[in-house]
Amino acid sequence: MSAITISHGGHGAHAGAHEGGPASKRIIVAYGFWIFLLSDIVMFSAIFATYAVLSRATAGGPGGAELFNPTSVAIETACLLASSFTCGLMSLAINEEHRTATYLSAAVTFLLGAAFLTLELREFAGMIAVGATPQRSAFLSAFFTLVGCHGAHVSVGLLWLVVMMAQVAGKGFKPRIMRRLACFSLFWHALDIIWVALFSIVYLMGGR
Amino acid sequence: MTEDLYDRAPGDDEFPGSRREETLAGLRTYLIGLALAVILTATSFWAASTSLLWAPGVPIGLAVLAIAQMGIHLVFFLHITTGPDNTNNVLALAFGVLIVALVVAGSLWIMANLTANVMPSSDLMNLQMQH
Amino acid sequence: MLGKLSWSAFPINEPIDIVASALMILAVVAILAWITVKGWWPYLWREWLTSVDHKRIGVMYCVLALVMLLRGFVDAIMMRSQQAIAVGNAPGYLPPEHYDQIFSAHGTIMIFFMAMPFMIGLMNFALPLQLGVRDVAFPTLNSVSLWLNASGVLLTNISLVVGEFARTGWLAYPPLSELQFSPGVGVDYYLWALQISGVGTLLTGINFVTTILKMRAPGMTYMRMPVFCWTALASNLLIVAAFPILTATFAMLLLDRYLGFHFFTVDGDGNPMMYINLIWAWGHPEVYILILPAFGIFSEVISTFSGKPLFGYRSMVAATMAICILSFLVWLHHFFTMGAGADVNGFFGVMTMIIAVPTGVKIYNWLFTMYGGRVRFTVPILWSLGFMVTFILGGMTGVLLAVPPADFVLHNSLFLIAHFHNVIIGGVVFGAFAGYTYWFPKAFGFTLHEGLGKAAFWCWFIGFYLAFMPLYALGLMGMTRRMQHYEDPSWQPLLLIAAAGAVVILVGIVFTILQLVVSIRTRDQRRDLTGDPWDGRTLEWSTPSPPPSWNFAVMPLVEGEDAFWRMKRKARAEQGRPAEAVDYEPIEMPVNSATGFITAFFAVITGFALIWYIWWMVGLGLLGAFATTLVFAWREIEEIEIPVEEVARIDRAYRAGLVQ
Repeated sequence: MSAITISHGGHGAHAGAHEGGPASKRIIVAYGFWIFLLSDIVMFSAIFATYAVLSRATAGGPGGAELFNPTSVAIETACLLASSFTCGLMSLAINEEHRTATYLSAAVTFLLGAAFLTLELREFAGMIAVGATPQRSAFLSAFFTLVGCHGAHVSVGLLWLVVMMAQVAGKGFKPRIMRRLACFSLFWHALDIIWVALFSIVYLMGGR
Repeated sequence: MTEDLYDRAPGDDEFPGSRREETLAGLRTYLIGLALAVILTATSFWAASTSLLWAPGVPIGLAVLAIAQMGIHLVFFLHITTGPDNTNNVLALAFGVLIVALVVAGSLWIMANLTANVMPSSDLMNLQMQH
Repeated sequence: MLGKLSWSAFPINEPIDIVASALMILAVVAILAWITVKGWWPYLWREWLTSVDHKRIGVMYCVLALVMLLRGFVDAIMMRSQQAIAVGNAPGYLPPEHYDQIFSAHGTIMIFFMAMPFMIGLMNFALPLQLGVRDVAFPTLNSVSLWLNASGVLLTNISLVVGEFARTGWLAYPPLSELQFSPGVGVDYYLWALQISGVGTLLTGINFVTTILKMRAPGMTYMRMPVFCWTALASNLLIVAAFPILTATFAMLLLDRYLGFHFFTVDGDGNPMMYINLIWAWGHPEVYILILPAFGIFSEVISTFSGKPLFGYRSMVAATMAICILSFLVWLHHFFTMGAGADVNGFFGVMTMIIAVPTGVKIYNWLFTMYGGRVRFTVPILWSLGFMVTFILGGMTGVLLAVPPADFVLHNSLFLIAHFHNVIIGGVVFGAFAGYTYWFPKAFGFTLHEGLGKAAFWCWFIGFYLAFMPLYALGLMGMTRRMQHYEDPSWQPLLLIAAAGAVVILVGIVFTILQLVVSIRTRDQRRDLTGDPWDGRTLEWSTPSPPPSWNFAVMPLVEGEDAFWRMKRKARAEQGRPAEAVDYEPIEMPVNSATGFITAFFAVITGFALIWYIWWMVGLGLLGAFATTLVFAWREIEEIEIPVEEVARIDRAYRAGLVQ
């Protein structure tokens, strides 16, 4: 008599990742978050496309050339790029499980991100003060939404960073905390990638 | 659990050797990435404001520089390379880029044609706007 | 204090709405009361509402879908009956403002709250089992997705009682959907319900893509996966790629409505055509998101009940991935008539015709799978055969519509309506029922009544043709879609036939309900004791029915396609030899979590508050959702260990049942 024997899987030293069974949690979590980031980039691209279509739809009002301040944009770009670098330093500190270095690099990242947001909000306030509100024209609606959406993501990122530091303080460098920190890094770098597209297309090309 | 011989998490860096060596190698990567990114970014800003370049070519130049900057970020900050352990990550990225290209290019082409064919000329627009 | 909300939001002056609302509230209250009286709340909360088990979540999605099928179908019956009588001097019984809400609700509910949950539910249930793993990549996130979808359902149904629904059709084109022309709350209900459920769906896409690519049983390479897993991969890649477009587009419309932006308005240089472009850039992939899992189900069903491996596995995989990519190259065919010109129309017309080719490949592969096999005419196979005939017809009318000059005549006529119902009912709904009847024994441990299932199929099949073939003719005769009233009396006979068809489908639905009730009552006579009622070929049939929460006591080692079929063959060949001792180990499974349910609760509050402009409630809802996230982030216990004795006990009982 024989029941159907379901032979069990090997404990994969000989096989490649999938032939050995499911991947490790770290890989699964990071990959899932990577897919999420790609979906977020698709969302941005829809708003980008709309901005491109509406970039001349100024309804007789001001356009990019009149409104954009290249110096402010340059400083914002520098801040965000630097914060990407300090985020990388934070990843190294986390890898060494070095608490002080982690908190320090996180703090600098936070400050640079906050500086970016401050400058951006200032820019928005300035535009609104001269009547270039998002309600003025389709171009301005698209501008505020595209740049604002990125800014909203940066804000959420800063909030997330604070929460993560609280988690490190409370729980240390447990595996699931490390996984979440890895996701945060991916997120933060992706935001800088999106900013590259943003400042190139909206500010540099649009300000001419 | 399984050994992930041919698989790597996105954003993960892998350097042989001790943790200290890992950190130093990682630091080198981030510094090179930063330096390259700064150069490319500065070039972008310069290209946009200078009169030394042929004007119609500037947008293309900015696009190329932007793509280069994104590449620097992907390679030096996100550690997305072309090794066999990164295949899934690269494929996912390629899929995303394809979709973005289709949506943006498709929309621009479609909307340009629609605007040309459907939107009334500016004189007619003025008449329409005056209720 | 309560924003725009006031007593006038209730349907005081509309008798039909009062009756509908009352019936719905009565049904909900009755069910809740029954559960309370029977004392089932603790069980429901513990085992279902807070479950992160993909099998339970899959069942709940399907329940949601079946309930919403009834709701959407009531809308259909109302439309058919109105159109059957409202000719010439007869106004019918549904005034235009009401009729418009009905066709908008019908489309929204059927696509977003019936078809999507049904397919996602079936994928949820079967995917990890077919892959030979214990759960999806992110089980708690899976629960969040389910409950966010349910939130969308709840908000939509609330609109029946409090306020109104959109009158703009299921896609809410501007400028009609802008505040200027739709000042009420209807469009806001539509937008927020879909934004919330859209987030849930996107998370599902991420979850399933990660599961399929990163979690498979040992030995299961890509080319050894069941075809259902390939179609699920393609469908979920499309979800990840397309749903963000929907989110962005709805967000822009919401900004127009709430903050006076000018994306799609007629003034301020807005461009409504951009909305239509973007919404269809989502909308076309959406229909492939729906049909691809159905194709996968048919592949499984046809190969199982033909007793043969699927013909042309590689070409099936290639065709599936081709459809995945091509579905992003055809979206303009939904608005040929908007005026992009011959070049653009020509390109998209040709691409649309090309996308029919991989689908044709699949049809041939299914036919060749059956050819030379011993086909058992069970209920799932009937649905598959019905699908092949019906879908081919619908596909052909689609290729006809893909020709821009033809589309200029037929766009937005009943011909179009007939076409898409042809492919969606023939494809998605038939596929859903095939999957439902196929996997039901696995999910619940007993089979469904065959006779009533066959009756249900024949009623749906005949009813579908009666209801929709006249619409092709009417479209060619010039009848436009969404008409509350018409003048031409020659249309009426055809519309009467269509109404009769809807009634036949209604009988089919009654048979489906009857089948479920009778099967539950007689379940002891139809127990599935071996876990393999159909002599299946894939790994889900190698578990007990229903499977334990961990699916497999020991993860299977996969050596080829149709993994379970190989195992059975090997076992028959090895008969007489003593069975191997199985090496059991304790298993770690994720703990149940209320995160999904509670997040959804706050989502409903936030959504409702946004719709009615109750700003303090919006703040509270968002804060609550954020707090729920923090509670989840700080939880200490993530997993529970199933002791090895329990694993062994259940597995041994299963193996004992296998020995004939």
